[in-house]
Parts: sequence; C-alpha cells; structure tokens
Amino acid sequence: MTQPKVDHLALLESHAIFVLREVAAESERPVLLFSGGKDSAVLLHLAVKAFRPGGLPFPIMHVDTGHNFPEVVKFRDELVARLGERLIVASVQESIDRGRVPDPGPGASRNRLQTTTLLDAIAEHGFDACFGGARRDEDKARAKERVLSFRDTFGQWDPKRQRPELWHLYQGRVQPGEHVRAFPLSDWTELDIWQYIAREGVVLPDIYFAHRRSVVERDGMLLAVSDWVTPGPEETAREETVRFRTVGDATCTGAVRSTARTVAQIIDEIASARVSERGATRADDRFSETAMEDRKREGYF
Amino acid sequence: MTPSAGTGTSEASQAAGVSELSGMDLLRFAAVGSVDDGKSTLIGRLLYDTRQLFEDQVAAVEAASARRGIGEVDLSFITDGLRAEREQGITIDVAYRYAATPKRKFVIADCPGHVQYTRNMATGASTADLALVVVDVVNGLREQTRRHACIAALLGVSQFVVCANKMDLVDWDEAAYAAIAAEVEALAARLDVPTWRVIPVSALHGDYVVERSDAAPWYAGPTVLEALEEAPAGAWASGHGTERAGGARLPVQWVLRRPGGGRSYAGMVNGGPLRAGEDVVVLPEGWRTTVTGVETYDGPLDEAAVGISVSVDLADDLDVSRGDLLAAASDPPEVLRDITATVCWFSDRPLRGGDRLRVKHTTRSTPARVSTVLGRLDVNRLEVEPAAELANNDIGTVQLTTAVPLAVDPYRKDRITGSFVLVDEGTNATVAAGMVGEPHLAPGLPQGAASVTATP
Repeated sequence: MTQPKVDHLALLESHAIFVLREVAAESERPVLLFSGGKDSAVLLHLAVKAFRPGGLPFPIMHVDTGHNFPEVVKFRDELVARLGERLIVASVQESIDRGRVPDPGPGASRNRLQTTTLLDAIAEHGFDACFGGARRDEDKARAKERVLSFRDTFGQWDPKRQRPELWHLYQGRVQPGEHVRAFPLSDWTELDIWQYIAREGVVLPDIYFAHRRSVVERDGMLLAVSDWVTPGPEETAREETVRFRTVGDATCTGAVRSTARTVAQIIDEIASARVSERGATRADDRFSETAMEDRKREGYF
Repeated sequence: MTPSAGTGTSEASQAAGVSELSGMDLLRFAAVGSVDDGKSTLIGRLLYDTRQLFEDQVAAVEAASARRGIGEVDLSFITDGLRAEREQGITIDVAYRYAATPKRKFVIADCPGHVQYTRNMATGASTADLALVVVDVVNGLREQTRRHACIAALLGVSQFVVCANKMDLVDWDEAAYAAIAAEVEALAARLDVPTWRVIPVSALHGDYVVERSDAAPWYAGPTVLEALEEAPAGAWASGHGTERAGGARLPVQWVLRRPGGGRSYAGMVNGGPLRAGEDVVVLPEGWRTTVTGVETYDGPLDEAAVGISVSVDLADDLDVSRGDLLAAASDPPEVLRDITATVCWFSDRPLRGGDRLRVKHTTRSTPARVSTVLGRLDVNRLEVEPAAELANNDIGTVQLTTAVPLAVDPYRKDRITGSFVLVDEGTNATVAAGMVGEPHLAPGLPQGAASVTATP
C-alpha cells in the first residue's frame, strides 16, 4: 500500500482522468484524437490509467496528412498494438483523391486540409465527443477555450457563444450532428507535460530527442529534408543536431537546434527557453495574427 | 522569475530549481470587475513585468499594437487574444494564463467585465481561490463591479485583492484611494468576505503591480504581486474547492469491471479523505456497505486524498451506477427532491416558476422544475427582494423540484455536492449556475469590518 504524492502533477493527472471519465460516460460515441506528439501520448497514457483494467471505451483516431515523420508512424503503430486498442486512420490523401479538398501540390502544407478530413471522419463515424491534447498555454485562442468545447453541425467553434463551464460540471449535451471537443490537458503547461513524462516514463517518438538530421532553413525555421521538403534553388541542406518541440505535418513543423538527449535535459532546456513552443516550430501559426482562432473556427483541432 | 507556463530566463530556473517546481504551491485567481476598468491591462502588466512572456509573444503583441496605431504596447492584447476582442478593445471570454515566480505557481483567469458576458466571468471565478477586483478609481465601484463581487463571494471566493486602478489619472490622490477602500470595506462586510485589501495601482504604467513606486508615499502595503504571493492557496489549488474537515464523498463516474468478475466504482474523492475499511452509504438509495479497497492504476491506496481520482471496491454486491454518491456513513449529505438554491441566471429567456429544465449535479443529470422564484438579489443594495422572475445575469433564490432525489450538501459546506448547473432541454445551453442554499449575506451593514487585512 502506498500514499499518493498529492502535488501539482498528481492533481493535474487526477483532473484529466476525471474529464476523460465524465465525457466517456456522457457521450454516445467518443473518440480520442492522436497525432503521435507528446501531448497526445500523455493523453493516451491518462486514458489507459482512467479505464484499465478495462479496454478504452473509445477508438483512437489519427488524422494522417501523408506528410509524416516515419518515426512517428512507427511509434503510433507500436503503441496501439502494445495497448491492444482500436486505431482509425483518417487520411488527408484520401480526401484529396476523393476531391473533398484541392491538392495544394507537392511539398505544400496539408495542415489546414486536416480540418475537412477530421470533420468528414467525425460525420462518417457519428462521433459526438473528440478528446484532444490541446493546452491553453499553447496559443492565445486556445487560452480562451473551454475544457468541453461545443462544435455546431458545421464543426465550427464560436468563441462568442461558449457555454458557461462552472466548477467541474462539464456539460456536453449535443443534438445529432453536433459534437464537443474535450481537452483534459487544458490546464497543463509544456513544462508540466515534460515533468509528467519524466515521472511516468511515457514513451515518445525518437524525434523529440536530439539527433543528427539533414535540415533546410526556411522562413526562420529548420525543416527536415524529406520527400516533401527539398532544398530550393537558394537553399542548401545541412546536417545539424536538432530535436522537435512539437510534432505535426512535416512540411510546416520546424526543428530546434538542441543537444538534449534525455527527458531531464529537455526539461532544463524548456525551463530556460525564450521562444514559445509554437512560435519556434509552427509555420501554420504565422499566416496572420489570429491564425489559430481562424482555423479553430473552421473546425480544426 | 521562473519558468512554468510562460517564461523563462535561465537565472530563473536556477533560482527556483527546476526539480522543485512540480511540488510548488499554487494559487488560482480570477481578475474581475467592470468593463474598461483595466483588468486585462493589469494582468498583461503582471505577466510582462514578471517576464512570463516568451520573446515571440511579446513581439506579436507589439506588432498587433502597431498595426492598430496604438503608440505604446497594448498590454491587454496579452490576454485579449480573439479577433473581436482586439477590434473592440474588450474581453469577451475568460483567458487562462499560467505563470510562476520563485514563490509559487499561478493559474490566472482574466474575466470579461461586460454585463453581457457575466456567464463567462462566473465560469472563471468558479474555480478561483482569490478575486483580483479591479476598480477604476475615477468612477468608483460600479453596478457591474458589485455584481462581480457578489458572484465571486457567493461562489465562495474568500479573499479579495482590490486594485484601485488608474491612480495616475487622479494624481495619486490618497483621498480617492480612501473612498474606494471605504466602499470595499462595506461591500466585503455585507458579503462576508473575510480577507481583503486595497492596493493603489496604475496598470498602464506599472506602479505597485510588480514594481514599487514613489507615486504614493502614503501607501505602505504590498504590491499586487506581493499580495498574490502571500495569499493562502485555498481549496481549488488542490483540485476540489472545498475547505472542510468532513466525511468523504465520491460521486460515481464510471463502473470498472474487473477481469474475472467484480466491479469497482471510479470517481474523484471530495469532502474528506476516503479510507479502505471505511463504512459508506450509497445515495440516494441509502444502502450501507464498507470500502474494501481504494485502487488506482498504480496500485492500491490506504487512503485517497481529496481531489484524487480513484476506484473503490465495496464489500457488498450492490447495484451501484453512475450518478450514485458514496458518502462516509458517519457524515452523509442530505437526500432531497425539493431544493432551495441560489442561482445566477444566464439566458435571455427569463426564469419563472413552473419552468422545466435539466439539472446537472455531480455525475447525475435529471429533469427538474422550478417550483417558485423566491427572490432576486439587488446587487446595489445587497438585499434580496421579492421577484416573480429572474432576467439574464440576475442572481436569485429559487425552489427546485427534481425528478429523482439528489444527495446534496449546502454549497457553503461543499462546493462539489453543493453545486449544479441548469440546462435548457431544447437548446442544450447551460443557462444557470446553482448553489444549494440561500445566498449568504452577513446581517446588516458593517459594524467595524470583519478581520480586515492591512488596509493602511
């Protein structure tokens, strides 16, 4: 028998488990959205802790842009197999092939196209609640969002009409065709996530840890050279020691120069970082002042 | 300053020691008050001067200010992140920010002041242990300031740090500050808020927010940051919102089936620690049984602390399901169908006697009827007056009848089993915040205020 260590991380964990159980109990067809990044790895870890010894009462869904880091796909498949849970892959390539979205061309970011693929998959499977690993400290629009965030029949978020959300009473009733997004990690910071990964031994894709990689510098970001990212006429590829601070579409997710090879080293690195997680690594947030809000209004994660 | 959510400098992480951060003391507070009195600017100033912001976030705020032709950096843009908020220069919904100093961590809810968005203010204040009440010293306490103070106090926020803001506009006149302090004293006494103080500040220029200043030589009290660092953490910091030594409660969220048979009841512990071997009662049924085990994924516990998610094994094979409440047999809540409650109403459609709604209480959701609207709180006079209906943003007292009995505690005793929301069955909108019991007001007006902390 042990006494739990009731500290900040224990309370964040406990609250996230509470939200997972509430939403799973109150929705008809929930799903857990999984990108293969650190936040969704933590979210899946928490879901396992919330529902074992049973199986998860929802499938896991990956919206696959087709521009993946191979390490992430390998990580996803091994993790899902080890847990014995059900994986749904919703493919942006299929959305393009079926003419649901225009092909932006080789090498162009498919980040924004994910919204159509995601909303189509939600409609196809009839999902009424989608768990996501978004955190409020990531972005100024996310900072405004509820733990349970309502989406209309078009999948839209309306920041002017959010439901009041008092105490720990999460109210996710929806009409057919509507759904809620549920964010159990709302109150976690990037540092909390890494401290929790350290405490729990959560396994992550290798690309989070420093490694040698061929990169090209574009718009102030280091992009990994791949089938979709090749050096342009004015650019040259270089070998650098880098790691990824976030994981997304490979065409718009930048690496950071880093020698942090362990979780402890990453915690030290983040504690002294001067640039935010998304600021350092996400081209998709640079389109406009309210890029995240605009995408969220359309139904993005 | 140290890292956590937003910052960092490397000297900071050395100051606090990264390894200590996870165990640090936490304060959850909400910035409240009337529109345009400067809440977002104050929170922006607090974050900016404690260097909680990353370089790219500061650059983005500078660029957004310049784009709108604002000469200096508009600090309110740090939390007013929505397009419509920046267009209008108001806050529409709560922004949550995370900060840390070498002394403690903070979860900050920057609430909107506009009356139309009172529901969002209540959202932000419902999990706060301290209210940072911002008042424009030129205008004094407005009706909306009083409404916010009322809601915060009714929600159980027991500490107010009041910022008499825009002191630069009155040339740091001590009499203007004293006038605000006198109004706050009367308000806090009537609302029975035990701990409060008033700090003269200029959020725009930063005096007495993080940095001291020589602008008010007559003021010897703490800065806003010092007040926030010194305040007791309160109950929401530990995840449950209830400060009392009492019997455990566990609203059943989910039934876990064990391989090979047997069931375990999952939920978050509230009200008091839950111990293996403890006698409990299953409510509303009233069955008595014994906790044979308290389980987590990481193994069994002798005792689950308040705020911890666990699952519980019971000695008897009972038909327990989601919505039931396990409670310490020595200190059970009441089981009621007729409930007197204080509600904050958030719908354009008025609330009237006879209205049918859905009540969500702990993990149970059930139809309910408002039998009577008993009264409405006049937020200026701070008196409950007779009323037949509640309009949008009104606070009032109602009598509810629920379709199934609920296991409730008075809100003053337990914020989990004492709280509920009302849901419109047609639109599924959340239309009211409810607290079991009458509004808590101190009798009469102040006879020498309650334990006043340091108003110089």
